[in-house]
This record gives sequence, structure tokens and C-alpha cells, in this order.
Amino acid sequence: MIRALAFLLIGCVVSFAAEADGSWMKKVPSREHDRVSPFHEQSQAVDVGRRLFGQHCAQCHGENGEGKKKKPALTTERIQQQATEGDLHWILVNGNMGRGMPSWAKLPDPQLWQLIAYIKSLH
Amino acid sequence: MKRHRQLALMVILSAFPLLAQERPYFVTYSHDMEEPGNLEIEVMNAVGTPAPGSRFIGSSMEFEYGVKAWWTTEFYLDGQSTQNDSTIFTGIRWENRFRPLMREHWINPVLYIEYENTAADKTLREVVGHDGKADFLDPNGEARQETEREFEFKLILGSNFKGWNISENIIAVKSIYDDPWEFGYAVGAARPLALVAGAKPCTFCREKFAAGVEMYGGLGDRHSFGLNQTAQYLGPTINWTAPNGTTLSFSPQFGLNDYSIPRLYRFGISYEVDQLFGHLNFRKGGKP
Repeated sequence: MIRALAFLLIGCVVSFAAEADGSWMKKVPSREHDRVSPFHEQSQAVDVGRRLFGQHCAQCHGENGEGKKKKPALTTERIQQQATEGDLHWILVNGNMGRGMPSWAKLPDPQLWQLIAYIKSLH
Repeated sequence: MKRHRQLALMVILSAFPLLAQERPYFVTYSHDMEEPGNLEIEVMNAVGTPAPGSRFIGSSMEFEYGVKAWWTTEFYLDGQSTQNDSTIFTGIRWENRFRPLMREHWINPVLYIEYENTAADKTLREVVGHDGKADFLDPNGEARQETEREFEFKLILGSNFKGWNISENIIAVKSIYDDPWEFGYAVGAARPLALVAGAKPCTFCREKFAAGVEMYGGLGDRHSFGLNQTAQYLGPTINWTAPNGTTLSFSPQFGLNDYSIPRLYRFGISYEVDQLFGHLNFRKGGKP
């Protein structure tokens, strides 16, 4: 029934094309790149971020950010070393919609920073 | 067979919950799109008494699917029940929403197109033209003779600012028959009761609630544009997201003129299933 329903609903194939080439980082304005989390290095924010990650991110990026299928891992050097907190905030707010990453602007800003605190702890 | 289907649905719903961050709107659309691959199942109801007619409940069951991050499609099954009359299926709707700008801006537009084929509809999912309480007075047997086949277009504008979401919808409806274009609007503002998530999982803490207000109504048609002889509604709205991902919503809404139904009570329940097709593949023996 679910399959028939899904066929009726969308009538097309879902694309999971979410390449992880990091090209989005070149689009981040310098003002955003330099932003620092208000929860920077706060261990409690990491704990809260872990919970938020499980609710909103784990289904695509894996329970521990290891990545799934074509959904990129968040434990890579690019995310952990090269990307600043501001970069991650920018990609969460704007998404990478052409490549399957939705905008998470519907989450309040403090929760985005709490998420980032956890993501940055995944190295 | 029917039991097997119900069981399969229950397994999927219980196995893959997702905490949706829903806006508490019933009529107004925000610019939020469904996450790609996720399916949201939602039931929304409107209860009203259009004096001197009988009390009714209009219900719609919605299946919302994120095709892409910038494209959401939604299918509706509508029905209604009227006191001292009958309970009937009133029709279907199919809508698509497209987000033309790939980044977040101060104001984010979304383009909406819907086709509906309904008769005797009482869900009040939008108010356009000169829709008013008189439309709810005909017995179902008569009302369902007048089938509405129409296209509905919306320009959805949404903004997020300091935790608030502010959304405006401009609505235009064109019947496939000779009826003139009809217009309407909806606006809403809402905010989670807490912006910072707490350290511990909780059930009734403030972060689980969102509240706001919405207002909507008709704007006449191509021959008589304006507020004259149009229904207008205003009301507070609130929702609560349970730990298992179910969201409950409620809103008492008030008609602002004699043309409107004096009071409407809206309530809804929604549930989001994440990565629907990924799980179905897994159940067929594929890799999770």
C-alpha cells in the first residue's frame, strides 16, 4: 500500500544526489565564515547538539555523522578542520538544495549553534 | 489483507519517527519545504456552526512528500460530516510547491500550484472570493451536485527573524468553468516557546510548543475585488510535538464579520516518516 501510495504521490524517482565535494564552502561570505558560536567549546551544548542531531540529521548523515550512501560524512577533515563554525551555520541556514541538502532555517538559531557544537565534536 | 496493510503502516510509523519542527498554522503556508525523502501524514479538521445551519466537521488527510529540497508535493483526501445530515467524501487535491531561490533570504518566495476536484467541501483550507457561511447551509445532497474543479495558485512569502516565522500568502483561484478569478490571502506569525534546546529530553517543556496567530480571508473576485462581502477569520494557534514525533495542533478562530462563520475550532495531528524509500528498500532486503 505504501509503495502504491508513494507512486500516486510523487510519480517520479527520488534523487539522492548529494555530492560531497565541498564546493559550497567557496560560496560562504567572509562575514559568515568568521562567525563564532555563542556556545563555543561548551560541553553542555555538545550534549544538546547530539540530541538535536539524532532528531534532525542522523537519518541522512548516520548516527555518528559517518555518512550514508551518497549523504556525506561529517567526520571528514573538510568539516572538522577546514570548515569554521560560521561555515557550518551558513550551510545549515541555506542548505545545498541543488544537491539534496535542505535549509534548516526553520530551527531557531541557538539550536543550529548547538548542532554545530556537536558536529564539531565528531572528529 | 487489510490487517496486513494496517500492520505494515503501523510498523513503519513506529520504527522511523522523526521530530518535525512544524509551524502551528492551519491555513497559512510558510516557506518551509518537506525534507527530501520524508513523508508527512497529517489529518486536519475544522468544526463550525454556520447558523442557522447545522454543526459540521470538515476533515482532510494529507500526504506530504519531499521530492527535492526545493520541491514538495502533497495529496489530500477530503471529507465532511454535518449534523442531522450525512457524512460524505468531498474530493481530492494535489498540490506542488517550488522554491525558486536556492538560498535563505530576508523574504523567501515559494510558488504553489494546486488542482482540486471537490464538492460540498467544508475543510476551509483557504477562503477566497466571496466564500462565506451561506456556502455551508445547503444540505449535502444538494451541495455535492456542484463539483468544483479548479486550479489554485499561491505566492508564499516567508521570513525567519529571531525565532519568529512570518508568512504571507497571496491566493488566486481559477475554476475550469467560466467563473471569474477569485482571490484571497492568509498571513501568520509564530514562534517556538523556547529557542534554546534543553540539556535533557523532555515532553512538556517549552521547546516542544510553538504558538502564533493567523488571519485569512477572501478578497473578492475579478469583477468585485476587495473586502466587501467576504469572510475574514482571525485566531491564535498552538502546537505541541510529542517525543515520538507526533505533532498536535489546535486553533480557535473567530469570524470577523457577519459573512463569516462565527467560530471555527481547528485541530490536527501529524506524523513524519523519514527517508521513506530508504526504509522500504531495507525491508526488501537491501542495505540499510
